[in-house]
Amino acid sequence: MQKPTYGRFGGQFVPEVLMPALKELEEEYERYKKDPEFLRELNYYLTEFAGRSTPLYHARNLSKKYGTKIYLKREDLVHGGAHKLNNTIGQALLAKYMGKKRIIAETGAGQHGTATAMAGANLGFETAVYMGAKDVERQKMNVYRMELMGTKVHPVRSGSMTLKDAINEALRDWVTNVESTHYLIGSVVGPHPYPMIVRDFQSVIGTEVKQQIMEKEGRLPDSIVACAGGGSNAMGIFYPFIADTDVKLFPVEAGGCGMQVQGKTAMHSASLGAGEEGILQGARTLILQDKYGQILESTSVSAGLDYSGVGPELAYLAQTGRIQPGSVNDQEALDAFHELCRLEGIIPALESSHALAYIKKMADTGELGDLVVVSLSGRGDKDLETVLKLKAGACEEKL
Amino acid sequence: MRIAEKFQELKAKKEKALIAYVCAGDPSADATREYVHALVKGGADIVELGLPFSDPVADGPTIQAASDRALEAGMNPDTYFELAASIKEQVPLVCMTYYNLIFRRGVEKFVKDCAASGITGIIVPDLPIEEADDIVKACKAHGVDTIFMVTPVTDNDRMQKIFNKGSGFIYIVSRLGVTGTRADVAKSTKEILEKVNTTLPRAVGFGISNGKQAAEVIAAGADAVIVGSAFVNIIASQNNVDEQLEQLARELKAGCST
Repeated sequence: MQKPTYGRFGGQFVPEVLMPALKELEEEYERYKKDPEFLRELNYYLTEFAGRSTPLYHARNLSKKYGTKIYLKREDLVHGGAHKLNNTIGQALLAKYMGKKRIIAETGAGQHGTATAMAGANLGFETAVYMGAKDVERQKMNVYRMELMGTKVHPVRSGSMTLKDAINEALRDWVTNVESTHYLIGSVVGPHPYPMIVRDFQSVIGTEVKQQIMEKEGRLPDSIVACAGGGSNAMGIFYPFIADTDVKLFPVEAGGCGMQVQGKTAMHSASLGAGEEGILQGARTLILQDKYGQILESTSVSAGLDYSGVGPELAYLAQTGRIQPGSVNDQEALDAFHELCRLEGIIPALESSHALAYIKKMADTGELGDLVVVSLSGRGDKDLETVLKLKAGACEEKL
Repeated sequence: MRIAEKFQELKAKKEKALIAYVCAGDPSADATREYVHALVKGGADIVELGLPFSDPVADGPTIQAASDRALEAGMNPDTYFELAASIKEQVPLVCMTYYNLIFRRGVEKFVKDCAASGITGIIVPDLPIEEADDIVKACKAHGVDTIFMVTPVTDNDRMQKIFNKGSGFIYIVSRLGVTGTRADVAKSTKEILEKVNTTLPRAVGFGISNGKQAAEVIAAGADAVIVGSAFVNIIASQNNVDEQLEQLARELKAGCST
């Protein structure tokens, strides 16, 4: 059995009542991840339902502009419009093999909730999703999408009424219904074995990239750039390249409105860049916290990156220097959003726009090399309202 | 006062223990000091003093709301230890909090501050035994008990490990779920008590809110009942709080003595 830690990060900091469920999950996962029948079925759903493999697309116009060859890994083309389904279909299938009847999930903007609703409906689960009441308000369409697929959406009115509180509430549901229910965590966060399971299901992204880039270029890329909130698309695309030390790996966090802290709120979401060691939601990792250890709220124009923690394996890889975290602010991400729309005819998610913005930010440094892969983790249709409503000076108002 | 002394004292009097929880600083440190006084006057034998955390995942809405009120009013670990030191009631004080606040202060320093301010036990609901070596070691060095939970889904092997690592008392979670009052206390109380074979006192918590329920839990064989949300609800009502706390403590303690 794998050690539940990454260096000194990771672990299982959860109420006693969940320990048997985590043990069961770990044992069952170890068993099914080698089971040919499970793998055959997983592959079937990834191909026929999710629409994999996704293209590795040579973005000619973007490449020309920045003087380096840029490929986009098109996770925006996965069913549902983001990489999230890679994980939800994997975990839902695992839950089915484990004999669970019900799946629950947390969601911020609603992307993971929607992907859970899809997997839940398709595989016949009773499905419940916890979502901060503020996010329910902001993301009405996603709430409706989930409800259309038979998912019960529970608005969470505690704390800041956003993702962090939705996770707390989902954990409480799990504590209460642990025998019948699988908690389908949406990112590489939480207690072991979740960071490992989500990474494994998402690493299909990196595995495909490796094969595709060899076919197209006959060599590995010089660098890979991916946005990181909790970090699931980043871990997914990085993981198969960890041993290839010539490939530079850049997770890009949300710089939000600036790197300062105001009261109980960090004006950014850069846990890798500016967080400190602590324990949040089941794992030891880097988190945004005050001097006493109270968790700060985070800030980002992109709901999917707006999180006070980060996956423990990313924290570990950053500490060892294998990955090099960077950040871009809201405005830079918005500029990159518009740029990709115009240059390539692709509307990227605001999350993915952070990765794109980093190309621009780093273009002159030469750090990225001649062959760059960017994880285009999701499509931006969900963000149109946010972008439309966003006024110039939105950050100034918050500061 | 150490927890073991209290249980010995009660044994001599043929009484069972009432363990009462309040969240420190809800709504102010001064109020908490008064409330502890009222609880002890009513019959509480041990007081759990919650140190509020921003993300209390093991607690239900009642205690989360109390934590939010306390944090809003400015409670933090520094003022918490000052408050604990100022409580003069002759009962063991137990700190209940989440691990990040302990980790952030430094495990050794946190435990030392507990000991120096008269706290003789620690409960950390998000710290299973696998992650608890540091705190158990520090607690042993400073004369503080580390109290662990067992639940209806904890198997026998695990229970033995928990009994070996824990001290003070064993906190028995009588049903699945988070903290909060419940009408149907503990069909599972009896079942779980049959599985909990330990020389440590067995305290049952989660969902107990009145004297009748306390009496049922004691009749099932428990050495103590733990009551939190019912007291916190009174505090949240802001209505005649001292008197109500004392009254409820008296009712519960009567349930523990029959």
